[in-house]
Amino acid sequence: MTLCMPTPDERTISRRAEIVAALRRIVPGEGVIDHEDGRRGYESDGFSAYAQLPLVVVLPETTQQVSEILAYCHAEGIRVVPRGAGTSLSGGALPLADGIVLGLSKMSNVLDIDYANRVAVVQPGVTNLGITRAVEGEGFYYAPDPSSQIACSVGGNIAENSGGVHCLKYGMTTNNVLGLEIVLIDGEVIRLGGKQLDSSDQDLLSLIVGSEGLLGVVTEVTVRLLPTPQMARAVLIGFPTVEGAGLCVGSIIRAGIIPAGLEMMDRTTTHAAEDYLKAGYPLDVEALLIVEVDGIPAECDHLVQLISAIALEKGAVTIRESQSEEERLMFWAGRKAAFPALGRIAADFYCVDGTIPRRELPNVLRGIELLSKKHGLPVANVFHAGDGNLHPMVLYDANKPGELETAETLGADILKLCVEVGGVLTGEHGVGVEKRDLMPEMFSEVDLAHQQRVKCAFDPESLLNPGKVFPQLHRCAELGRMHVHKGQVPFPELPRF
Amino acid sequence: MTNATRSMRPETAAQLADLFRWATSEHSPLEIRGGGTKAEIGQPGRQGAVVDMRAFADVIDYDPGELVMTIGAGARLADVEKLLRDNGQMLAFDPIDHGPLFGKPAGEATIGGVIAANIAGSRRLSAGCARDHMLGFEGVSGRGELFKAGGRVVKNVTGYDLARLMVGSWGRLVALTTVSLKVLPRPETEASVLIEGLSDADAVSLMNRAMGWPLEVAAAAHLPAGLAASATGTILRIEGFGPSVATRAAEVAGRCGGKTQMIEAGQSAALWQAIRDVAPLPQGDTLWRVTLPGVSGSAIGAALEGSDARHYYDWAGGLVWVSAPGGVDVRSVAEQAGGQAVLVRATETVRASISSFHPERLGVAALRNRVKAGFDPAGILDPYRFGPAGGGNAH
Repeated sequence: MTLCMPTPDERTISRRAEIVAALRRIVPGEGVIDHEDGRRGYESDGFSAYAQLPLVVVLPETTQQVSEILAYCHAEGIRVVPRGAGTSLSGGALPLADGIVLGLSKMSNVLDIDYANRVAVVQPGVTNLGITRAVEGEGFYYAPDPSSQIACSVGGNIAENSGGVHCLKYGMTTNNVLGLEIVLIDGEVIRLGGKQLDSSDQDLLSLIVGSEGLLGVVTEVTVRLLPTPQMARAVLIGFPTVEGAGLCVGSIIRAGIIPAGLEMMDRTTTHAAEDYLKAGYPLDVEALLIVEVDGIPAECDHLVQLISAIALEKGAVTIRESQSEEERLMFWAGRKAAFPALGRIAADFYCVDGTIPRRELPNVLRGIELLSKKHGLPVANVFHAGDGNLHPMVLYDANKPGELETAETLGADILKLCVEVGGVLTGEHGVGVEKRDLMPEMFSEVDLAHQQRVKCAFDPESLLNPGKVFPQLHRCAELGRMHVHKGQVPFPELPRF
Repeated sequence: MTNATRSMRPETAAQLADLFRWATSEHSPLEIRGGGTKAEIGQPGRQGAVVDMRAFADVIDYDPGELVMTIGAGARLADVEKLLRDNGQMLAFDPIDHGPLFGKPAGEATIGGVIAANIAGSRRLSAGCARDHMLGFEGVSGRGELFKAGGRVVKNVTGYDLARLMVGSWGRLVALTTVSLKVLPRPETEASVLIEGLSDADAVSLMNRAMGWPLEVAAAAHLPAGLAASATGTILRIEGFGPSVATRAAEVAGRCGGKTQMIEAGQSAALWQAIRDVAPLPQGDTLWRVTLPGVSGSAIGAALEGSDARHYYDWAGGLVWVSAPGGVDVRSVAEQAGGQAVLVRATETVRASISSFHPERLGVAALRNRVKAGFDPAGILDPYRFGPAGGGNAH
């Protein structure tokens, strides 16, 4: 894929020394990184196929500094790429040659833990797992758990509306955030929501969540805390066919059970994981499910029985119920090691992220197999089966000329298939630059224009993270135009203003 | 004022789009309406002609195994809930039908109205609000253009989350024609634990502690003595599978200490329906809805002491319903406690003199107006409900 980014502004690039000096006046000391070797560490994120050295990196420590930086960039017409921990899998933090990277990693304090209201107020650079670490001693945790949770930051989670394996029961980031402080491109600081469940501005708050750094820079986050469940149990279920596994998932949900986690692995992934880790996975199955329930022991035991009975009825050939915490963790160990395990059987892999209506799973897996043959690259599949979020892993070798491009084309074809069957382009990784040019597969021009007018309301000059999410940059004036015709009167006798 | 004489009922999205384009050219304001159960919330005497959305009522797609329902926004809430109930499912955010609050029959509220006003009931405490269950939509914006956003799957981050922006927009951005919602299994059974005799402060403190226990309390309310309900006191709701509910209810009762009473499934469900529907307060009086951080809830009761106002707590204190026949300034009370107050029911005179909706911070209001202008540049969609036409701090 040749990535077409907004044309760099040569005038900005030529003013680099002056911009660095101005930023140093706002953030003194080591918070401004201008040497090439320092900037090199920021040239890409978790979507590592693409890299771009930023103009300069600035790491503010206070909301006031963020505000002054943005106000300066706004006044000078300088582009800004916000960045959390840089774990995005869609290139959301890919720098621009003429843009500063605004990194929030130094704003990493837990500001307030309010157990009585079951909320925590944190700065954006706190890691996802850092919140849980701060509160687990009192029996609480923060529910969204993206697989990068050791490293990824809460601010980045807000930008991407991150998910994880427990989304079906506990929701995505958007369902677990109550308040935000954001800084708009002109430096204005705005607070949305707070510690209460419903406040009138939480509609705007949900617009910020998942906006991929295009609307504002998050400087403070209020999240909900949940009591840690007393226990969890898991059932490992093997099926001779993918269809059987799919039917089993549907039946579990129709039976009124919302598992805490519900994962599926295909044969390739199961074998790779077993070879890598010896988790005790059955190797004679086409699809392997891990179904996890949590709660009080009486509930877990009851649900495990129900789930096993459903699995048996749907033709499972392996059913193992975890009898201890060690065994439960072992069931998960293979799944959690799926990435490194696949890394051993292929030089590189490209993780695709689409969501489909669950009932389409057998069709989509057959379609993926056809596409895999067509493009000549193998695909392994892991699937958040509970919520329909599919992660096909395209296995390739970046050192072979053309294979990266083929892997990307195959990935794009898989996402088009997801949209065709009623699904979406991304379930949790975000659009970024990766899926940007596929947006017209899912949305019409009119759909996209309605989204881009939101951008105009926040950032009319498109200085914040331009080149992400939307395939084309439109001028706000052009988007705002409306053609009104004095036409036929469809409904008579209307009052006037 | 009756708008009934100026009501239009478009049958297709194309008609709706035509109507909006025409209204724009004629500078004619419109008010998007479902069952009209919330028409008496906000400024009285609004001039907008009513656009009746109830022709958009088809079930587009509902497969219980997917946990998603896609349905016409004009579908009646009662019909949606019946369809879900027949399949062992529910809207977990537990919406209120506002009709009876205004002396109208139950069953007229539409799902689009519930979404537009972000309505949720007692389960909101554990299961989230309407916005948490909104996945996608199709609709016609104030620009007269049919468009869609979000999706029909439970997990989706493609593009801005315009679907959740629509929730609580009161029909001022887009006339929703179709909505996709996350639905959840209806619990197999339930029970409630009743603790009698607690003060407001002790009750709010207990409810918030209980929400921190790993026992999945689904809802928590406190009804001070003297209210019209089958039980008064502090009530904790436990739902789920039979064996789990029995164990958790016993454990919750044990942790509460003192004298507790168990309320079995049927009676529990009826009691919670009454709590959700604001039945314990006198019908007809001025009614306020106060939301604030849960543990601050009892500050409302304390501030109202000695007045003729009556109140009760839901959401572990995070929601306080206040009936204030004598015109107590509930908004100031809410603000002092760090919360917001919405005037749900009042005479036209009262509603003409104070904003029904809680005023927003200046920067937020300005941002909101810029966002609205993107969807409705001519301001044809309900410019009056939140205050006089063009009112700056419109929601």
